[in-house]
Amino acid sequence: MLFFVETVISGLLAGVMYSLVALGFVLIFKASGVFNFAQGVMALFAGLTLAGFLSGTVPFTHQINPALAMPPWLAILATVGVMILLAILIERLVLRHLINQEPIILFMMTLGLAYVLEGAGDLLWGSDVKVLDLGLPSGASDWLLDNYGLYVDKLEVVAAVVAAVLVAVLAIFFQRTRIGRALRAVADDHQAALSVGISLNTIWAIVWAAAGIVALVAGIMWGAKSGIQFSLSLIALKALPVLILGGFDSVPGAIVGGLIIGVGEKVAEVYLGPFVGGAIENWFAYMLALAFLLVRPEGLFGEKIIRRV
Amino acid sequence: MQEAVSITEARRWGAPSPPILAVNNIEVVYNHVILVLKGVSLSVPKGEIVALLGANGAGKTTTLKAISNLLQSERGEVTKGSIVFDEAEVQALTPNELVRRGCIQVMEGRRCFAHLTVEENLLTGAFTRRDGSAEIKRDLELVYSYFPRLRERRAALAGFTSGGEQQMCSIGRALMSRPKMILLDEPSMGLAPQVVDEIFTIVSNLNQTSGVSFLLAEQNTNMALNFARYGYILENGRVVMDGEAAALRDNEDVKEFYLGIAEGKRKSFREGKHYKRRKRWLA
Repeated sequence: MLFFVETVISGLLAGVMYSLVALGFVLIFKASGVFNFAQGVMALFAGLTLAGFLSGTVPFTHQINPALAMPPWLAILATVGVMILLAILIERLVLRHLINQEPIILFMMTLGLAYVLEGAGDLLWGSDVKVLDLGLPSGASDWLLDNYGLYVDKLEVVAAVVAAVLVAVLAIFFQRTRIGRALRAVADDHQAALSVGISLNTIWAIVWAAAGIVALVAGIMWGAKSGIQFSLSLIALKALPVLILGGFDSVPGAIVGGLIIGVGEKVAEVYLGPFVGGAIENWFAYMLALAFLLVRPEGLFGEKIIRRV
Repeated sequence: MQEAVSITEARRWGAPSPPILAVNNIEVVYNHVILVLKGVSLSVPKGEIVALLGANGAGKTTTLKAISNLLQSERGEVTKGSIVFDEAEVQALTPNELVRRGCIQVMEGRRCFAHLTVEENLLTGAFTRRDGSAEIKRDLELVYSYFPRLRERRAALAGFTSGGEQQMCSIGRALMSRPKMILLDEPSMGLAPQVVDEIFTIVSNLNQTSGVSFLLAEQNTNMALNFARYGYILENGRVVMDGEAAALRDNEDVKEFYLGIAEGKRKSFREGKHYKRRKRWLA
């Protein structure tokens, strides 16, 4: 029994990590109907930038100058600044010229963007694996281990708290603010939004900046767990089944989807794995997503396709 | 009483005040090749309803989109002529700036934000305003007083409301921007005659009480000419006829081609004056 609980908890916490990545996708998809393939690379780029600022790396030279090393809070703020700048650049240089194009063209754009960002990250900060040390707690929680015999990683608990805060902030932003309302309006109908005077350029810059900041949070959490390296950009692929399960345009969906995938993976690996020779964890999420596509294509919380009859 | 009427008349037709909207001989090309408007000129005096009539594909919607500057997002372009709204050259402004200056379009087919509630839809109309939430709230009440049905449905998702309610919602949404002029594209489309009547009556009330000018693109010629003061008839991207609404209503050709009445009685399509039409209007 204890083992089962431990499996579920570790699944839930791993799920939160997936959700953090999925959130960034949801933001951009909600506001522009674009599936942002570059979201994973954005997390990598944000992580690299943060690690660079922390260690005092001089951009382009790959040399460390300890005098430039920033304290964690300043490094995080600076990285947020970089992500906002990046969003404005993407809007100015790319999105503005693709207004009213087919979704597939915008998707291709994000594919290209992923490569550009990956290259830019290497060029600026170097391609070696970096350790991200923000002083986040890590290791097993002694309290739980002593009292209940449960092994729970503290870092993952922190990630869960951060995700909860992030979701609350985003929900308030979308439901209660003028800009949030405009974002949802743009998601519904670009042209009509344009006709009531909502500036698409501003909205897109805002939404990409928000996605950049969410990517930074994901980058911090994953980076603290397993170092900042190229494979970070591949977590985007893990977010895909999460999105299909939760719905591409639902913030709560990204969270619940992530949790289901996380738990499903771990439980399947432990209890079904032995019967089929193991390694279920790698493909279980995709199978689950496939099954969902057949039954409920809009996802658990996705916006119902409104059809008036 | 008599005098009051004549003063308004004078303000409307006699005074030399510049029109709120002047379109001068514009040409519009889509995708750099398709010539849609071939020289359209029209003007809308302040505080008037002007109708833009014509069949499918005549260029009504394109004209409106050229004025509200929404063409660019459809790869359309004004290649000749000029559009002046309230003494400002429209081509130099973004749609966002135009709405801020008081020119807003209600697009064809209603185009409410389906996943927002009716009230949220209305509030998006106030996006460009900077005069604080108290003012916006007051205008929301005002819109509800024009459209009581919207108040009842305020919490419903716009996508689940009826066609008439959606049309009211999109007109109300435009009103929330405090416009000087509304470009209203085919408000009667797909609605029951009774609902069309209701909507036109509200539009005309709005015009009289708040002085909003309207440029109204319509296929429902009869209805439009009843409510408008002046009308332009478009055909194949050209203005083929214009005049005061009453004069247009009595014009034999308009009766024949747009109202389906000729020589005092309705006739079948077969008896129409096809050759005459071509000769007179397109030669």
